[in-house]
Amino acid sequence: MEHLLNLAVRSVFLENMALAYFLGMCSFLACSRKVETAIGLGIAVVFVQALTVPLNNLMLRYLLAEGALAWVHPSLAVVDLSFLSFIIFIGTIAAATQVVEMAVDRYAPALYTSLGVFLPLIAVNCVIMGGSLFMQERNYGIGESIVFGFGSGAGFAIAIIALAAIRERLSYSNVPDGLRGLGITFITAGLMSLAFMMFSGIQL
Amino acid sequence: MSAVLPLNAQERTILTAPLLENNPIGVQVLGICSALAVTTRLDKALVMGAGVIAVLVLSSLAISLVRNHTPPSIRIIVQLSIIASLVIVFDQVLKATLYEISLELSVFVGLIITNCIVMGRAEGFAMQNGPYRSVLDALGNGLGFALVLVLVAVTREVLGAGRLFGYTVLPLAKDGGWYVPNGLMLLAPSALFVIGLLVWALRVWKPKLQEKG
Amino acid sequence: MRKLESTRYTIVFATVVCVVCALLVSVAAVSLKPRQAANARFYMEKNVLVAAGLIEPGRDISARELDEIFASRIQARLVEFATGNLVDADKVDARSYDQRRARNDPAASRVAPRNDAGIGRMPEHGVVYFVRDGDKVEQVVIAVEGLGMWGTIYGFLALGPDGNTVRGLTFYDHRETPGLGGEIGTAEWLSLWDGRRGYDDKWHARITVIKGPAGSPEADPLRVDGLSGATITGNAVTKLMQFWLSDEGYGRFLRKFREGAVT
Repeated sequence: MEHLLNLAVRSVFLENMALAYFLGMCSFLACSRKVETAIGLGIAVVFVQALTVPLNNLMLRYLLAEGALAWVHPSLAVVDLSFLSFIIFIGTIAAATQVVEMAVDRYAPALYTSLGVFLPLIAVNCVIMGGSLFMQERNYGIGESIVFGFGSGAGFAIAIIALAAIRERLSYSNVPDGLRGLGITFITAGLMSLAFMMFSGIQL
Repeated sequence: MSAVLPLNAQERTILTAPLLENNPIGVQVLGICSALAVTTRLDKALVMGAGVIAVLVLSSLAISLVRNHTPPSIRIIVQLSIIASLVIVFDQVLKATLYEISLELSVFVGLIITNCIVMGRAEGFAMQNGPYRSVLDALGNGLGFALVLVLVAVTREVLGAGRLFGYTVLPLAKDGGWYVPNGLMLLAPSALFVIGLLVWALRVWKPKLQEKG
Repeated sequence: MRKLESTRYTIVFATVVCVVCALLVSVAAVSLKPRQAANARFYMEKNVLVAAGLIEPGRDISARELDEIFASRIQARLVEFATGNLVDADKVDARSYDQRRARNDPAASRVAPRNDAGIGRMPEHGVVYFVRDGDKVEQVVIAVEGLGMWGTIYGFLALGPDGNTVRGLTFYDHRETPGLGGEIGTAEWLSLWDGRRGYDDKWHARITVIKGPAGSPEADPLRVDGLSGATITGNAVTKLMQFWLSDEGYGRFLRKFREGAVT
């Protein structure tokens, strides 16, 4: 239990997908002009991540890993399909994004309209793919996958909302011409990332 | 360039524009993810750059060849399948040839699949243009991406470790030299700073790219 | 175009794409697998040699050279952790034993006892490399691993004939922060371990990475200089070293080795 709590805090703060690993940068920079959009995207990412990381974990364990197919027939225990993990992961992610999109459309139509094209684009967001790849690399179990899914999604959400809040304020400042917009956003994100490194001193 | 390759003016633009004016990282704001984590050393950056160029060119070619036969309702997943397969092949080849670098690149090879440049050019160019032009476009964008990666990696490796490609360029103080390495350059945030400054430099050079206040 | 939108065509097209992609990927994976396995093995064995001080860290050697060194000087054996006994050399080819895979395989491993090193499962058998000089066993190299700050740290520890004095150490696979915790992979820091001792006078595994500088190996054998800015990684190294030197790890085997009961 303590271990899962530790994992949750680590995946939200210490190992923040956006600020420590720099994943999801494209939408991180594109959707952070207004806090409203950032909140919407953050929530959507949490949903998709919490859905796909555990799903992909199950795929790995019962379909792809060496010996995973033994439940189908004992003779298949020697088969190792782990090299297909990239394509299975992206397939699950694309399907899950479609499902979340339909659910959001049904139950929160206002959110659906405000997110627009960024909802389907979550399928190719590095955070989602990265979450599954990290889960594979670190050999997480199903419990850890669920916690990691929620945590890493939440971490991304916190980061993008914070950046949006800062950018809204920055629009009133006197930024040099060449730095305006993209340049200053990169530097701001760099400073945020530096700040988040303070969490690495925490021992739980 | 026309003497070397059979390119007309328009094709030349397709190839060269993404190098600077329409650079995928600096201008289109695509493909940032892989650019940041793998630029601590020049060799990692070059391997990643080569991988993205290979996947870009081959996937754009394949997608362009089947573009008139692809049912519109499944086109995104078809593109994703082609891209994912090519990335898997690259990953397998990497593990079989440059094993130690593949360990360092780890998950970032798989992330080429979700690299916005690859999907972006597939959907944005290869689906509407012939194979020859699609390959040129892919090559241009891949080279533009690799260019930024190399610039950032050179800065970070030289200033952060005093080395380039593993060879000592600035003798480190702890080895009897004079250079005290800038530790920040080895940490993740420095990549964002360096790219921010590169964007600034690019926009001062080409004021057309500046955003209105 | 009407043809493109018909259901039948869509299904046929999708199937063709799947088959072509699957073929491409499978051919690549299957044909390259032997080379990949060889690469992984070579990389690991290279690190055994670095730990034993038989090659310089960072030096490139060819597969043939590595095999020559292994054939002439190194003998790989398997140790049963529970008893500390060596497994008969004819029963298994220890050199091709994959300890990581065994750790993840429920049939060849068990849940590890409660520990601070973040070790969840451990295999029943571990590999040990005897480094010989002629007939004499000069060093014994054991495999160590544990949870670091960002991922699992894997290394090899080389001990002298007394089963206590450190002759060499490598951490060849880790995810620690470059420049901070990542320094555990550098030759400078690893060389600080030479001459230190894993156990104290009562044979408790006591080697520790401290905060700040430690004394010389003769004066301060149980402590190693810490890494500034990398306390968590340093603590992780301490915990994993103490675990694998304890009776839960290679401790039982090392005791028998010291007493001359194993060859």
